[in-house]
This record gives sequence, C-alpha cells and structure tokens, in this order.
Amino acid sequence: MTKDETKQVVLDIIADIAPDEDISNLKPDVRLRDQMQLDSMDFLDIVMELRKRHGIEVPEADYIHLASLDSCADYLTPKFTALGK
Amino acid sequence: MQERACSRFRGRVTALTDYRLHAGSCLSRTLNTCTHYDVAIIGAGMAGLAAGIRLAHFGKKVCIFERHNVTGGLNSFYSIDGRKYDVGLHAMTNFVRAGVKGTPLTKLLRQLRIEREEFALCEQKRSRVAFGPQGEVSLTFTNDFAVFESEVARQFPAQMDGFRRLISVIRAYDDVSLGAQPESARAVVRRHVTDPLLEDMLFCPVMYYGSATEHDMEFGQFVIMFKALFLEGFARPLDGVRVILRVLLDKYRQAGGERRMKCGVKKILTRDGRATALLLDDGTEITATHIISTVGAPETERLLVAASAGERTPQYPPGALSYTETITVLDREPAALGWGDDTIVFFNDSEKFTYARSEAQVDTRSGVICMPNNFDFGPDARLPEGLFRCTCLASYDQWVHLPEDRYLAEKARWYAEIQKSAQRFLPPLPSADALTQATVATDMFTPRTITKYTGRLGGAIYGSPQKIRDGRTAIDNLYIAGTDQGFLGIIGAMLSGISMANFHILAAGK
Repeated sequence: MTKDETKQVVLDIIADIAPDEDISNLKPDVRLRDQMQLDSMDFLDIVMELRKRHGIEVPEADYIHLASLDSCADYLTPKFTALGK
Repeated sequence: MQERACSRFRGRVTALTDYRLHAGSCLSRTLNTCTHYDVAIIGAGMAGLAAGIRLAHFGKKVCIFERHNVTGGLNSFYSIDGRKYDVGLHAMTNFVRAGVKGTPLTKLLRQLRIEREEFALCEQKRSRVAFGPQGEVSLTFTNDFAVFESEVARQFPAQMDGFRRLISVIRAYDDVSLGAQPESARAVVRRHVTDPLLEDMLFCPVMYYGSATEHDMEFGQFVIMFKALFLEGFARPLDGVRVILRVLLDKYRQAGGERRMKCGVKKILTRDGRATALLLDDGTEITATHIISTVGAPETERLLVAASAGERTPQYPPGALSYTETITVLDREPAALGWGDDTIVFFNDSEKFTYARSEAQVDTRSGVICMPNNFDFGPDARLPEGLFRCTCLASYDQWVHLPEDRYLAEKARWYAEIQKSAQRFLPPLPSADALTQATVATDMFTPRTITKYTGRLGGAIYGSPQKIRDGRTAIDNLYIAGTDQGFLGIIGAMLSGISMANFHILAAGK
C-alpha cells in the first residue's frame, strides 16, 4: 500500500465518522484537529475503525501519530505493509 | 416487536413454527444458544441502546436485557384505546441546527452513525419561565439564545453584567469531563446573579429537566442542563420518542446486537469483586465479560449477590424527587384555545421556588406545561390530536401504598388540581368550560406508575442524587451508564451509554 492509499483509507474513515465535515481540501501536513472539529471520541473512532476494517492496532501511546494525514501515512503504511497489504 | 436471536441464527427464527410456544422463557426465545456475551447491558433505554450500538458496531457480542415489553426506559411510550402516548419526552433538548459542531447532539450523531435527518427534528416555537401567582414575571426563550438574553435584559436590567459573566463561565465549563470536582451550582450562580427571583427562574427549568438533588445542584450538572435548554434548545420529531427509539433500534439491529425483551435481570452474581453471572427473571443464568447497567445505581446495587460474606458495596441513596404528569387529549389544536404559542412553560407561583421532595401528595405550586403540538412541524404536518401535558413534583410515599379505589380517586382529584394550577400561567380560555369541551381523553402517571414500569426506586426519574461520573462500581467488570452516571436529559443518557462503552470497553481494548 502506498502512502497516498493509506491517506485515502484514513479519509474514508473520517468521511464515515464525521459526515458533517468537508474533507475535500484537507492539507496533509496540517493537524486534522486544526482543520476539522474532531474530538477525542472521533480519534477513538478512527482507531477503532482501523482495527475493524483493516486489522490494524494503534496503541494509545501512538495516537499522536494520527495527528495529520502525512503523519498517519508515515505511521500506518508500514503497518499495512507488514500485514501484506 | 420482532424478537432477536443470536446473530448466527438470525433468519432461522422465523422459520421455526413453534418458537412462540416458549415465549414465557427468556432463553428459549433464542434457542438456548447464547449463554456468554462480551457485554450484557441491563435496560433497553436510551443509554443501553446507545452503548449497545457502539459495542455491536465494533464487533462485540452484545445483548440488552429489558424487563418491560417496550424499549425506551424512562423515555418510552404506550397505547390506550388506539392512542399513542409518550412518557418522559416533552422535548428533545440539546437541539442545534445543521453545521453547529462539537455539541452533545452532534457528538451523539457521529458516534452512533446517525444522519441528522433520521431524527427529523422539528424546532420549538417558544418556551417560557413564568413566575408569580398568575405568571406575572415571564421570560421567553427560543432556540436562539439572544431572545432569552434580551428578555433577561428587559426584566432584570441591573443583573445583565452578572448574567453575561455567568454565561461565559457556563460556556467555558468542560461538562463532559469525567473527573470534575463537585461544586454548588447555587453558590456559583450567586457569584454573578444577585436577584433571587432571577436565580430561581434560571434554576426552575434546569432542575425540572434533570436534577436528582433537592434545592441545589452540582454545578457541572447545572451546566449540562443549562446548555441543553438555553444555549442549545428544544426540538422533537413529529411522532415523538418513538422515532428516536426506532432509529436506535435499527442501528443496533444492523450492527448485530441482540436484545431480550420481557426478560429482566434478577440478580448479578459476584465473586471476589467481579460479576460472574446474571440471573434472569426466568431463572436461567448467562455470563458476560462486562456488564453495563442502566437501571440506576441504587437499583443495580440491589441486584448484587456476593458469593462470600463481607463483600460490601457502597450504598447509593435512592432519589427523593418524583413526579406526576397529566395528559389531556384535545379534539383541536391548543391554538384553538388560544394556547398556540407556548411549547413548554416552566411555572412557579410562590415567592421562593421549592424543588424538593413533595410534602403534599402533589406539589402544584410549580410545574411544567408541555404542548407537543406547538413545535414547528412545517405547513403540511400536524399531530392527529391536541395534547396538553402538565408535570408536577409528587410524593412517592403518598401514592405507592394506596388501595386501588383510593388511588383512582386521588388521581381524579389531583388531575383537576394540576390542570387548575397550570392554567394560571397560560392565556385565558375563550370560555370557562372550553378545555373540558375540547377534552376527548385523559391519562395520568404517578410516582407509582414510574416505579411499576421502570423499576426506579421511589419513582425517582432522575435517579440518585449521588452520580458516578466515571461509571465505576465496586465490581470490576460492572459499570453504570444512564441517569445515575450523570449526563442528564435524553441526549445525556445516550451520551452516557456511548461514553461508558468507549471508556471502559472499547478504548480500554477489552
């Protein structure tokens, strides 16, 4: 899976958990929280959906890596690769 | 209502011709296949359903156990003579328009994957707080907070600076924190509002819509309700609470959750500080890794059965506040009686507003009027009949032990008293007997009714005065959600279920 594909995975999840947010122009290097109204419940949902849909585990200590789309891609892509995706 | 079976048997149930023969037993309905769940939820009210949706969505094997034959708990519904009545819900609080984010309603919609349109919420017209023997001082409010602010400015000009400071404190308060320090709401409000009349007029609606404590509230709870009522607002689906429950049930079912109706939990068996099994009303036992109880903290405590002596749990006091409500069905809209403007009216006739255990059988000095027709349903939609509902504080002790004939006689007597009291705060009727002429049916619930159908001790709709914000109990794998966790109101109850499921089970990775 490429980093762009990883970003799309995260975007798909955000589209489902926060359908009232416009995600068409998100800047990849800016914190998601600064571009949308996402709270800790929403971040928990991103983590839970990654586990449910893709079998990816994100321990609480690593939530910080989900701050922006770029950091999500850096952190999650190797996890997808490790799963053979 | 369709019964649920274990997910792997779904679809087969209807093929079984004889399963209804076993309807008297909790387990036989599910073919005796499920004896262990990841999570068992006690109570199919707002909190239980919301927790169930979250857990089932993320793959937990969940079952909700409900003693009653309908869902909703404290916000349920019933039918008499083909008429549908809501209980509990006057208005859904916390209404915000599309695009407003970060409030309880939006959080809840996201967490439960509900589209705004599914609730089909229609906004209130306007509501009032009316104080004085004939409601002489009246503060109107709508879903636009500026209206309330201008009303306070008009009636209490000298209080405006303090009122604005109070609003800033309320807006800045983190009301969903699970670990906030308790503080007296009266004390905080008095730091900013010095006119006791305005103080009481702010407390009356907030207390009536969710407070389990007499005279005062914990400030965090006051903030939750103040935001829910005044900074956010009132709305309802045309068909009332049933719409909300239908949406929740559909989500729960789609996520694969099970429920067992007419199947209460009689006992929670514990050993060494852990719940080991649930004993159901029909005598069967099931086990669950986690248990979320939404039936109240003192009520849950009474379900606990320790395997060894010496295991004691803290004693949560039952609530002191109970209520009665009259429901009058009219052959015309309230507007035809001159009552077309008010959605909700919070009233009090006395110099001091007393929110406490009623000394009289019913305390008619204060109360809440609700006219469900007076929401803005749009030009083409209206309720089939007019409805006029009045809620007052009532004494549980003076209702619960009455013999049947006395009970019915007292209901009739107090129905008339409550109507008389409430009418003082509404525009005068076109003629003295106009209300009687328009009445086609009446009903009334009392503290006894509440306990009978919800199991709440003392008819205490808002539960114990002692809330458990983090939902923890003396039992490791047993958590409290709903009213006694302390997020108040209908939306609060759902958020409570969500929060407890998230905090104790999903985020904990259990």
